[in-house]
Amino acid sequence: MVEVAGETAVVNGVPGPAYDEPPIIEVRDLSIAYRGKPALSDVTLDIHRHEIFGIIGPANSGKTSFLRALNRMDAFNTAMEVSGSIRINGKNINDWRNEYALRSRIGVVFPLPVGLPLTVYENVAFSPRLRGIRKRAELDEVVERCLTRAALWDEVKDRLDSLGSLLSGGQQQRLTIARALSQEPELLLLDEFSIAVDPVTTMRIEDVLKELRSELTIVLVTNLVQQARRLADRTAFFLMGELVEIGATEDLFEGDVKDKRTTGYIEGRFG
Amino acid sequence: MFTATPLNRRSYRNQSLAKAVFFLMTVVLVIPVLLIVGTLVVKGAPAISWEFLFTAPTDNMTAGGIFPALVGTIWLVVVALLASVPVGVAAALYLSEYAPDNLLTRTINLAIINLAGVPSIVHALFGFGAFVLFFRMGQSILAASLTLAVMTLPVVIVATRESLQAVPQAFREACWNMGATRWQTIRKVVLPNSISGILTGVILEVSRTAGETAPIMFTGATAFVAFLPEGVLDQTMAMSYHLYYIATQATNVPEELTFGVALVLIAIVLMMNAVSIGFRVYLRGLKKW
Amino acid sequence: MAWYVDRAARVLVFVGGISAIVFIIGIFVFITKEGLDFVLGPLSLGEFFTSIAWRPTSNNPTYGALALIVGTASVTGFAMLFSVPLSLGAALFIAEFATGKTRETLKILVEMLAAIPSVVWGFVGMSIMNPLIIQIFDVPLGLGVLNAGLILGLMAAPIMTTIAEDALKAVPDTYREAAEALGATRWEVIVKVVIPASRNGLLAAVLLGVGRGFGETMAVLMASGHAINLPTSVFDSVRALTATIASELGDTVTGGAHWGSLFTLGILLFVVTFLINLTADIVVRGIRKK
Repeated sequence: MVEVAGETAVVNGVPGPAYDEPPIIEVRDLSIAYRGKPALSDVTLDIHRHEIFGIIGPANSGKTSFLRALNRMDAFNTAMEVSGSIRINGKNINDWRNEYALRSRIGVVFPLPVGLPLTVYENVAFSPRLRGIRKRAELDEVVERCLTRAALWDEVKDRLDSLGSLLSGGQQQRLTIARALSQEPELLLLDEFSIAVDPVTTMRIEDVLKELRSELTIVLVTNLVQQARRLADRTAFFLMGELVEIGATEDLFEGDVKDKRTTGYIEGRFG
Repeated sequence: MFTATPLNRRSYRNQSLAKAVFFLMTVVLVIPVLLIVGTLVVKGAPAISWEFLFTAPTDNMTAGGIFPALVGTIWLVVVALLASVPVGVAAALYLSEYAPDNLLTRTINLAIINLAGVPSIVHALFGFGAFVLFFRMGQSILAASLTLAVMTLPVVIVATRESLQAVPQAFREACWNMGATRWQTIRKVVLPNSISGILTGVILEVSRTAGETAPIMFTGATAFVAFLPEGVLDQTMAMSYHLYYIATQATNVPEELTFGVALVLIAIVLMMNAVSIGFRVYLRGLKKW
Repeated sequence: MAWYVDRAARVLVFVGGISAIVFIIGIFVFITKEGLDFVLGPLSLGEFFTSIAWRPTSNNPTYGALALIVGTASVTGFAMLFSVPLSLGAALFIAEFATGKTRETLKILVEMLAAIPSVVWGFVGMSIMNPLIIQIFDVPLGLGVLNAGLILGLMAAPIMTTIAEDALKAVPDTYREAAEALGATRWEVIVKVVIPASRNGLLAAVLLGVGRGFGETMAVLMASGHAINLPTSVFDSVRALTATIASELGDTVTGGAHWGSLFTLGILLFVVTFLINLTADIVVRGIRKK
């Protein structure tokens, strides 16, 4: 069971969210627009260390825009305008002149997997190499560990030298998860990672995410309401660019909500 | 923890350095354009006058104007366009609307690349052998223009094909579904929606054609004729060849005069380019789909 | 009726379509036809490729093209030496770093560079660069490898920049996003992902640039000094294959040996540029397959 207030909870021997510490992410009045067209407005929320924070909501509700803002990926889209503030570890992310250093500490998994045009091995070794790891043995170790965690090692261990883009969609998705883990991130952002993955693999990855919680903080955007229920400590419900509801996942799913629309979405009445 | 490591800082420095170096390289590459145009304007402008533009050269090319050369260039360009635009547009239509992805199409594409890549002096040799001698056109506007037309054909084909392919496939399919033949589809849907793009390509071809020298040297351009051409079988003066001639062959030509000729030539060419670029930007803003 | 029009249009358009092939074959046939008598007659391949004595008008004519080949090669080589890095650097800047107005301006300037006619470049070489080189380096003549090479490099730069930029742009943005999300800087992304992925396109760009420089006529004729010479320094005058044809064809007797020898130079130029373009095409096709 999860205790929400007070002491750090312990779930199945794994330390739970650190609600007594200052939050790792503080979002204040975050608004995002594309060429003046609002996609997300006035979102204020905190995310705590060692928490799996779920975000649910129908398409176009601003979930992905929220994630992209956290990682400062707005630099890729000149039409994307971000206002408000995001603080990670107490530091406003816009104060990072070197946005690359920021990104190197945040792992991201996109909904549609992108295998870099490199071999499977090099895809996973990419980030360690950026960190200056040169020794082959050390790289081998990182690659194997990350691929194993992403439930991909057994399938690719004999063809580490083939191109990452030649893997199947589901395998590529797990490759991007392995790649994100290879960054040894403190924060892992997952955007609908299970879209291209079969149910059995999804369950395996979910188990890995639960284990990872002891090491890092996970923000999980998901189109599967039940996935949020299975994984998230707290869940936020976004609708049409608005943060409708935020609370402990248990409460939301038991109908303890402030806004009836939340229950409506969870029970599948719209979406 | 969320702090930048020395390694992060070094990567960032490398990034800033790379960006600065590449920017400098770009500047080094484009600065000469501005310098050249600037020098030509400063040194050539004093020579330019109505009289310069509208009289013939006198005193063994050391004085007078450039009128016959201007008129000759217009003749060459117009005749070359008359020959190359229909053929080029047809070729682009074939490639964009009919051609299956087979060996023939790949060969055509390769031929187009080669036609654009063959040295201009080889085009000149071809023009001399084929048009002047074999087809007995003699050294004439016709022979020179046809040589230019063959040489600039790839410009028309590539530009036209691009604007044809920019017309969404859905338009064509909607038309076929109503029972229109391919040609009717092209006439009623494809061409009207791409005509402005084709025009942009044609303007660009004008600029290329007007500046070429080597292909016309032996096929129809001449250093001096006292009269304006009256038909396509006459020889003619041309701006580009005139510049070559007074810069290298004629003696005692005042510097100002040569710079004036160069300035007029480059003004024609750049103006055509500017029109073509402006047209393209305008079209991008106009796009309906 | 509509059906007949459609058939007729199809045939006409097809004829237009194959025109490029017809012309390429036509070029080869006509220059070979005019050069054939010389190739089968006075031409000695040994002399052609090893002698520098190009004396087609002497009483005892010799046709050694070595100096012309070396002239073309030295000017093109010198041009590529600075133009390849600059063009690729400019392509990288325009495709990967520049945005908005800067990008548009730079692209237009590169287009302007491409638009300047070769005879104007030659004139610039003679009247602007020549005195400049004489003054700066204190040499008696500024027309030579340096002058023609600089001009040729600038002339070949736009095609290399444009094609290299296209090749870089063909690398999907998702790769850049994915790699930057891993914390790689744009520069690291370029080195580790973008350049490896666009390698073939960049190589094709360089090849087409070489082809452009190799075949340039008027600018080289006017800026190289046009002296038959094996260059020992960048200030030496040289003579290029293309320039030789341009300067001598007007003074030959149609159908004579000198005439034929110039067409033979044309055949050489045609074959070499054809091979360069063919290689570039095969290299580009290599990327598409992947």
